[in-house]
Amino acid sequence: MKRLKRIIEKLIEGILTVSGAVTTIVILLIVVFLFREGAGLFRSPAVEKGYVLCVDAGNTVTHLGPKQIKEIFDWEIENWKDVGGRDQQIVVFRFEEIFSRYSDEELGADYELLPEKLGEVISSTPGIIAFIPKQYMPENVPGIKVLRSDDITLSDFLGGREWIPTATPAPQFGVLPLIMGTLWVSLFAIIIALPLGLGVAIYLSELAGERMRKILKPTIELLAGIPSVVYGFFGLVVLVPLIQKVFGLPVGETALAGSVILAIMALPTIITVAEDAMRNTPRAMREASLALGASNWQTIYKVIVPYAASGISAAVVLGIGRAIGETMAVLMVTGNAAVMPHSLFEPVRTIPATIAAELGEAPAGGAHYQALFLLGCILFVITMIISVTAEAISKRQPNRGL
Amino acid sequence: MIETKNIDFYYGDFHALKNISMKMEANTVTALIGPSGCGKSTFLRLFNRMNDLIPGAKLTGECLIDGQDIYGKSVQVDELRKKVGMVFQKPNPFPKSIFENVAYGLRVNGVKDRNFIKQRVEESLVGAALWDEVKDKLKKSAFELSGGQQQRLCIARALAISPSVLLMDEPASALDPISTSKVEELIHELKRDYTIVIVTHNMQQAARISDKTGFFMLGELVEYSDTKKMFLNPEKQQTQNYITGRFG
Repeated sequence: MKRLKRIIEKLIEGILTVSGAVTTIVILLIVVFLFREGAGLFRSPAVEKGYVLCVDAGNTVTHLGPKQIKEIFDWEIENWKDVGGRDQQIVVFRFEEIFSRYSDEELGADYELLPEKLGEVISSTPGIIAFIPKQYMPENVPGIKVLRSDDITLSDFLGGREWIPTATPAPQFGVLPLIMGTLWVSLFAIIIALPLGLGVAIYLSELAGERMRKILKPTIELLAGIPSVVYGFFGLVVLVPLIQKVFGLPVGETALAGSVILAIMALPTIITVAEDAMRNTPRAMREASLALGASNWQTIYKVIVPYAASGISAAVVLGIGRAIGETMAVLMVTGNAAVMPHSLFEPVRTIPATIAAELGEAPAGGAHYQALFLLGCILFVITMIISVTAEAISKRQPNRGL
Repeated sequence: MIETKNIDFYYGDFHALKNISMKMEANTVTALIGPSGCGKSTFLRLFNRMNDLIPGAKLTGECLIDGQDIYGKSVQVDELRKKVGMVFQKPNPFPKSIFENVAYGLRVNGVKDRNFIKQRVEESLVGAALWDEVKDKLKKSAFELSGGQQQRLCIARALAISPSVLLMDEPASALDPISTSKVEELIHELKRDYTIVIVTHNMQQAARISDKTGFFMLGELVEYSDTKKMFLNPEKQQTQNYITGRFG
């Protein structure tokens, strides 16, 4: 009997150990997967997969970076000397143009003559840059040269100011506007939520009567459980038109709308955690202060808030964490323009919103797909920093006043 | 001088103090003794209206300090608490420096003069017999002091705002014997300038430090007389039983 019991206990112990280990391993694997999928981006060429860039053989330029390619095809760079070549006008040639120069007969029924014709065009046009599919690339034509395109680098990715994942020939994966958009929206969300949250927390823990507290606290906790898409919907239907009207903007889907929605969503966390911290201030502290003739308010801001400072900071950090990772509501109200934010009244796009909006359209394994995974990595790193900070702060002893 | 007339006190339905009338002279130490839950702490906390914080508390009767009814309509609680200092059972310094702990009472009462604050902090720490031990580390956290030092710091904190009455709620119960004797010596010193009311569980302590002793039981003041008389020749059998340790 006793042996059976011991065996069962051992068995349960084993099951618990295994489930713990499995959970940990799965989480680690997800992180590894994230980074592995994302890392491929730095091995992809700047030019879209399956295409090449060709120039005439006389050109001295041998390779181009993603930004240069994009600017050339946008006619922002018009001379080869700007990208390290000779002083020569750039002639941009897109693959489709071949069909306006030659008739279908000349190209052959199965386009079997196409490479040859391309070769003719390229070799006979000095200063040309042609963007053509690899399968139609003219082979063994002496007058043309294939440009090597640089791999996308980490600094292109982190420092790039343009996020145009579908641009041809060179998609732009600059995440700076997305990171800035995320931080911008979160920053203002916290600026809005912090004073409000702290105010409500002080009210709840120090001023509200017992009955009021019993009503308010569960209500606020309930707010944390509302699905974010509902907040987003509310934002879209109520907040966005309101902002548009009040500030006289062309569109209401702005960073401000995102910040306000995020602030509302972060409030329950901030209030609950900060309120708990303040209520955990020992009664002895309160009484000591009051016994010295301090008023209720003096006691709150000179003793209770400093005593609860670490809990309050943890509340703030948790609130920020909520804001930064939030996807749906922000996606719905911020307008999603991937540009560097300059004011609160412009559309911005955050990292989570980008992933959610674009992953469905990005071909698996492609550069765009990998870039989105890297965005996920960045988000993961940011939120990890935040939760480590929160952990460190909340473990700290109550403020010793030094 | 403190005087109570027919005090009755309730926590909700619980009748915590029953018809208590008592007089405590200025510059004396009055000890309140009795078993746990007898109402002696509740009684002590009447004098700086600390019981006001408890929801559902109710008081009838009169409570006079220097002739003024402290529960009167014109009395401001924070003004009263400036006059009636309190030291609690467990040392409860603020999470601030030693200096700021003592200066706190002055600051919340609007004192801005830095020199005055400095001087007052020193006087209070000297008064609480702590100055020599902390004069070189006033900027250090109060939590770095030992329990006994913290309790004397709390006494200094109470002295800083120059009260006339000092309430002590078992001030030595959380301290070791050496710290306890220091606090007791201090109480003896402080008697010269303050009217002291002290709640204690320790009968020897009451006998050592107090001039008068009140014995409480089940919310009633059983006996109140000179300490010597109380301990040598109590009037009531209940008192006799309690101080000889037969119950409580």
